[in-house]
Amino acid sequence: MQTFRFELGELPPEAEALRAEVREFLRRELGDAAPVRRAHSWGGFDREFSRKMGARGWIAMTWPKRYGGHERSALERYVVLEEMLAAGAPVSAHWIADRQSGPLLLRFGTEAQRQKFLPAIARGELAFAIGMSEPDAGSDLASLRTRAERVAGGYRVNGTKVWTSNAHLADYMIATFRTHHDPAKKHEGLTQFLVDPKLQGITMSPIIDLAGAHHFNMVVFEDAFVPEDMRVGEEGAGWKQVTTELAFERSGPERYLSSFALLLELIREVGKDPGERAAGTVGRLVAQLATLRQMSLSVALMLEAGESPNLEAAVVKDVGTTFEQEIPEVVHTLLGVEPTIDSGSDLQQVLGFLMQRAPSFSLRGGTREILRGIIARGLGLR
Amino acid sequence: MNELRTILSDVVTRLFTDRVTKELLEAAETGEWPDGLWQAVEENGLTLPLVSEAKGGAGGTWGDAFVVTRAAGRHAVPAPLAETIVASWLLSESGLDVPSGPLTVAPVHREDTLRLARAGGGWRLSGTATRVPWGAAAGHVVVVTEAEGRTMVALAARGAGEITPDQNLAREPRDTLAFDAAPIVAAAPAGPRVPANAVWLYGALARSAQMAGGLDYLLRQASQYATERRQFGKPIGSFQVIQQNLAVLAGHTAAAGTAAANAFRAADRGDAAFEIAVAKVRVGEAAGIGASIAHQTHGAIGFTYEHALQFVTRRLWSWRAEFGGEGEWAVELGRSVAERGADALWPHLTAR
Ligand SMILES: Cc1cc2nc3c(=O)[nH]c(=O)nc-3n(C[C@H](O)[C@H](O)[C@H](O)COP(=O)(O)OP(=O)(O)OC[C@H]3O[C@@H](n4cnc5c(N)ncnc54)[C@H](O)[C@@H]3O)c2cc1C
Repeated sequence: MQTFRFELGELPPEAEALRAEVREFLRRELGDAAPVRRAHSWGGFDREFSRKMGARGWIAMTWPKRYGGHERSALERYVVLEEMLAAGAPVSAHWIADRQSGPLLLRFGTEAQRQKFLPAIARGELAFAIGMSEPDAGSDLASLRTRAERVAGGYRVNGTKVWTSNAHLADYMIATFRTHHDPAKKHEGLTQFLVDPKLQGITMSPIIDLAGAHHFNMVVFEDAFVPEDMRVGEEGAGWKQVTTELAFERSGPERYLSSFALLLELIREVGKDPGERAAGTVGRLVAQLATLRQMSLSVALMLEAGESPNLEAAVVKDVGTTFEQEIPEVVHTLLGVEPTIDSGSDLQQVLGFLMQRAPSFSLRGGTREILRGIIARGLGLR
Repeated sequence: MNELRTILSDVVTRLFTDRVTKELLEAAETGEWPDGLWQAVEENGLTLPLVSEAKGGAGGTWGDAFVVTRAAGRHAVPAPLAETIVASWLLSESGLDVPSGPLTVAPVHREDTLRLARAGGGWRLSGTATRVPWGAAAGHVVVVTEAEGRTMVALAARGAGEITPDQNLAREPRDTLAFDAAPIVAAAPAGPRVPANAVWLYGALARSAQMAGGLDYLLRQASQYATERRQFGKPIGSFQVIQQNLAVLAGHTAAAGTAAANAFRAADRGDAAFEIAVAKVRVGEAAGIGASIAHQTHGAIGFTYEHALQFVTRRLWSWRAEFGGEGEWAVELGRSVAERGADALWPHLTAR
């Protein structure tokens, strides 16, 4: 049985030194931002904030300097990221690109693509969206059908993407299309592209989430023309690239901190001298949190050492999303206060926001069931 | 893991695999002392990882102790190895000599108090300590208590107190020791790293590692069984529900191992109260869920005495309640977090 390994490690001094700088920056930038705003965490989209991050050198931290990166360690990047998330900073205008689109281009893009996109991402000027899911291709992503047919100078695209977060705000989308159709080999024939959402033939419509918010979209392609030089990687290499991209997506601290703002409000609410039941509730959540941070750090250290801890990352995401999803339930059980939209206390509002957001934690980036299937494979069961 | 620890891990794994057989475990449950096992453990220098070499120990770290204790849990070692490691550390931290042979610690229950009083040139020990692990089998018991306004560590020999035998669910001895102005071997003010609640704290630390080891066993055993047992014409591990359950077990096992390892690392740094509380809470929760999934996966065969699964699950059910259950530790942890306040939580977490 191949099994997982979680070795403890230490963050190097330079990463810890950076932490103080990041905190000071966040203190100034976020000031007294309302807890419910902080609870949006990586849902927040703020170009101004992203440009400041870029100016600080806190985007593209590990990339080569020739592409606008800063050649710092993955652990320094980890510290910046966990500080951003713990503070509830609005990172989504840059960090999808920082986390997955940029690394994807770095690995599979052409030299021209790297020159064109990476420095702008590093400056915090380019926001990316991810076009993978389709109406009939969710967990079974390889069954996606949006066609990209070769035409003179590029590709003609027809089909529909859904759930595309921030597509209405993004400058580019990395989309996965089908360039070759063979029903027996659905993992073959997929290809990734850089798509400018303003192209002719692309219609975007909002999908409103259960709370009435607009963050994801439906994107319809009708004979949209994507030039040849916007193809990322080889034709047919899409599946391999998508799996690499999803591994980037699964390994970070964002998979256990989504409800951190609510834990803080809970601690404020129970006060300095809580009763036994309240103290026990807080203690249990903090025990989970402290453990998850060490697990997540362990994955970061393995990545820095050049390993591919895909199984460990899936474990952290599963345990982490279970934890962040549980917090609103636990707060409800303990306090029984009504969750609200924009009336009531900070705690009520944060509870209201996260109660409605929590179902998505175990869906986005691969559902809980799919993740557990990956873990089961690691245990030798499939 | 550094190289020395890898070697240590190989040594303990080999030793326990060879020695801790089903027969040995069954004999231990009838009250037989595993003499051969204990001698082998001592000969391999595993009992005193934290005692200096000059004093006959291995001169190692809590990190080494973690490797040994976790492996002891994985193999359900029916002997007070974890207790001896903690007891010998208490002695050597306080400048006392460490006797050979198995040791234990007392008092292990918060309600129990033992009192040291001066008598002539020495000290006498009084009071009752309930459910002391291996209280009758251990050659000596190490006591931490208050006397004359300071924390003291004392060493009493077997026979100094009256013994009333009892057991935990795994039929490990949990004996009550009653002392009545009993003479002791030695006593000294507790060393600077030994707090008044040291038995409670480091006992919880040791149990966290043993339970993390027990969970390692459950995950391995249940995954293995799921590939072997066939129903409906295929291995039960090919059913998605079984896969999903075992993935949950894997998550708890990973969390338990991480929490316990982190607490031992903190013990090497000094003040480990926060990390030990985290570990006892997190590992204890994992133990209950893990035992349940492992049993469900095994069906009726796992519910028999014949199958070895129970050697570990019965220990987990007892160990999680010893040296404070999750509930009690969670309250303590929650109070410390509340007292520092919400804004201090993240800085505290990242500074440890
Ligand atoms: C907030 C949010 C943001 C998102 N952003 C993006 C984005 O930016 N870009 C993008 O491409 N996608 C995005 N998604 C889509 C996300 O990736 C999909 O929701 C996810 O992959 C699941 O697909 P589905 O919703 O179609 O559910 P389905 O795949 O239909 O699953 C429904 C249920 O069936 C279960 N199920 C499916 N297959 C199996 C199986 N083999 N075994 C057991 N159970 C199974 C699932 O686990 C789930 O419980 C986003 C989703 C959310 C909620």
